[in-house]
Amino acid sequence: MNNAQLRDEVIRISGVNPSKCMGCGKCSATCPAYDEMEFHPHQFVSMIKNGDLAPLLKSDSLFRCLSCFACVERCPRGVEPAKLIEAVRLQVIREKGANHLKPESVPAMVDEDLPGQLLVTAFRKYAK
Amino acid sequence: MNVRYFPGCTLKTKAKDLDAYARRSAEALGVTLDEPKDWQCCGGMFTSANDEVATKLSSVRLLKDAAASEQPLVTVCSACHNVVKQTNHAMQTDAAFADRVNRYLGDDAYHGEATVYHYLELLRDVVGYGAIKEKVVNPLKGKKIACYYGCLLLRPGSVMRMDDPENPSIMEDLVRALGAEPVIFANRNECCGGYMTMESPALAQKKSEAVIRNAKANGADLIITACPLCRYNLNKQSDDLPIVYFTELLAEALGVKEEPHE
Repeated sequence: MNNAQLRDEVIRISGVNPSKCMGCGKCSATCPAYDEMEFHPHQFVSMIKNGDLAPLLKSDSLFRCLSCFACVERCPRGVEPAKLIEAVRLQVIREKGANHLKPESVPAMVDEDLPGQLLVTAFRKYAK
Repeated sequence: MNVRYFPGCTLKTKAKDLDAYARRSAEALGVTLDEPKDWQCCGGMFTSANDEVATKLSSVRLLKDAAASEQPLVTVCSACHNVVKQTNHAMQTDAAFADRVNRYLGDDAYHGEATVYHYLELLRDVVGYGAIKEKVVNPLKGKKIACYYGCLLLRPGSVMRMDDPENPSIMEDLVRALGAEPVIFANRNECCGGYMTMESPALAQKKSEAVIRNAKANGADLIITACPLCRYNLNKQSDDLPIVYFTELLAEALGVKEEPHE
C-alpha cells in the first residue's frame, strides 16, 4: 500500500477522523507513556492526517501506548488518538513474522506473581 | 436473584481472592452467581479496530449465553469488564461489524441484547448501597481507604457508562456504606503502567509509585482496586501501604471474610 492508501485504511478501521483535531495537545499532555515515545499522540494524529505514515510504521512508539484511553476520554474534539495508534500498530503486526512479542522471550520477563491478565493483554496488543 | 457471572482467567489463578470474596459477599447479599460452563478468556484488551472480528468472538459467545439466560452478565475484573462491555457496545452500534460476527457464529443473530454490569454496578444499582449498609456486621470505622480506579474500569466513559470517568464515586460510596472513610486523590484514575511492566518496568514503576505516593499524601491506610494487574503493579512499589481487592473489604464488612482457599 502507498501512503495515501495506508492513511485511508487506518482511518477506515479506526473509525477516527483526524481532521477534527484542533491541535491543542491535550492527548499528549495526559499520556502516561509520553516520556517513552518518539512520536506522541498528537503527532500520530497530525502525521496520519497528512499521510506521513512511514516514520510511524518504524517507530517503537507503536508499542508504548498503554491503551489506557486517557487521550480518548480527554480530547475536547472527540478525536480518539489511541484508536489511530492501534490501527497503525495493526498494519505492522498483521504482516507475517512481524510480531513484537514472541513466546520464547516471555519467561525472562516474568515473575511468579505476574497475573495471566498481563500476558493475554500483551499478546493481544503485540502479536497476531 | 440470579445473575450470570464471568470470573475470567486471572480470577482462577493469581487473583483467587478477588473471586472468592466476590462469591462470599454475593451469597451474603442474596445474589446467586451462576458461572456459565466452558467460558473463554476475554483476551484482556479490546481491540478497537472495527475489522477485528476473531478477537471479539469469545466475548460475544459469553454475551449470547447471558442473553439466552435472560439474566444480567456480571464481571468483576476491570479488564474483563472493559472488553465485554466494549464488545457489547460494538454489537449494538456497528451494524457492519455485528453482521460479520453473526455470520461467523451462525444460529441466532445477536445485537447487544444482554445487560452487562460490573460487580460494583450490581452492588450500587441492583442490590443498593442502602441494603448493603443494613447488612454490614463489621463496620470498617476509622479506616481511610483510597479507591483506585485505574484506566479500564471507567474509560471510555461513553461506553462504560458506570460513573463520571473524571470524578467517579461508585467505589467511594461503597466505602461509605461499609462504614469507612474514602480518600479522594488525584491519581485514582491514572494508569498504573499496565502490561508495560513486562517490557518497560521503569515506566510501570514510575506510574505506580506516583499512585501510591499520592494516596499516602492524602492519608490513605489502604488502597482498593478491582484489577489484578493494577494490584500487581502497585504491590511491587508499595512497602507499607496494603493494596487489596474491593471484594475483600466488602467481605470483611459483611462478616464473611474467611480463609478463601480451603
